[in-house]
Amino acid sequence: MSGLDVLLLAVGLLTAGAATLSVTSRQVLHAALWLVVTLGGLAGCYLVLGAELVALVQLLVYVGAVVVLVLFALMLTRAGGVPVVTGVPQRVAAGLVGAGTTVVLGGALLSAFGWGSVAIDGGDSTQVAATIFGTDVWPFELLSVLLLMALVAAVAVARAPVGGQDDPSQRPDPPAEIEAVQGERP
Amino acid sequence: MIRPALPYLLAAVLAGLGVYGILARRHAVLVLIGVELVLGAAGLLLVTVAQTGAGGDPGAAVLTLFVITIAAAEVVLALAIFLALFRARGHVDLHAELDDRADRADPADRVEGEVGGRA
Repeated sequence: MSGLDVLLLAVGLLTAGAATLSVTSRQVLHAALWLVVTLGGLAGCYLVLGAELVALVQLLVYVGAVVVLVLFALMLTRAGGVPVVTGVPQRVAAGLVGAGTTVVLGGALLSAFGWGSVAIDGGDSTQVAATIFGTDVWPFELLSVLLLMALVAAVAVARAPVGGQDDPSQRPDPPAEIEAVQGERP
Repeated sequence: MIRPALPYLLAAVLAGLGVYGILARRHAVLVLIGVELVLGAAGLLLVTVAQTGAGGDPGAAVLTLFVITIAAAEVVLALAIFLALFRARGHVDLHAELDDRADRADPADRVEGEVGGRA
């Protein structure tokens, strides 16, 4: 075992443990916070593997943006008190399916790549940049359009009347200043 | 030198845990956390291949960046749908009855119950 192996083992154990807690915790907020640890540990794995750019993007996008979104959703949907786990039979079945996924994936990958050690020879950031802005420039631009569409669609979905069940009597009254602002629109 | 078997095993474990989280949770945001774990496993697999098996080709790293971006867009939309679901039904419990108008007869009770359960 080389030093990189030991580092990866340590970060990987941290990541796997945090992931286990994030899918088994009965407190929704704790699960979201363990997800932070999991994604941060994943960024650490990327660093150990030598992909600094991907690690930094993972930290920025996942830990910085996605987890904040998840926490906001948890606050806005006020989930306290609602049961968060299913019954024991479904959990056992889910555990079997999850374990089966792990065994099949791990077995396939290990049988394909084996236990041997290899040198790290990934492309550096210059090559990544050349690929993004050269070969893959159109997918890159399409992704920016996709993000814009997701943003607009999220606003539309979150504000639209839902399934005809959104009668005004069920809605809380908006604060007065919001109504005033909306009234001023042309 | 590094053993690629370790990150491969970690990716398999994360995918299994994510599948368990998707199937065993009934709170919609927690199901989404399971989806995030599966996406993280996919990213780890891509990065491992990029750094150990691609012979210096940066394509897999670029693909990981694209996957992260698409995952961000997916999370934004999913959370918007959860907000709409919460506005329509008053909860984000995926195991509840689909047509719960009987439940909604007196929403004040449910709000009381939620607050009481949280305290």
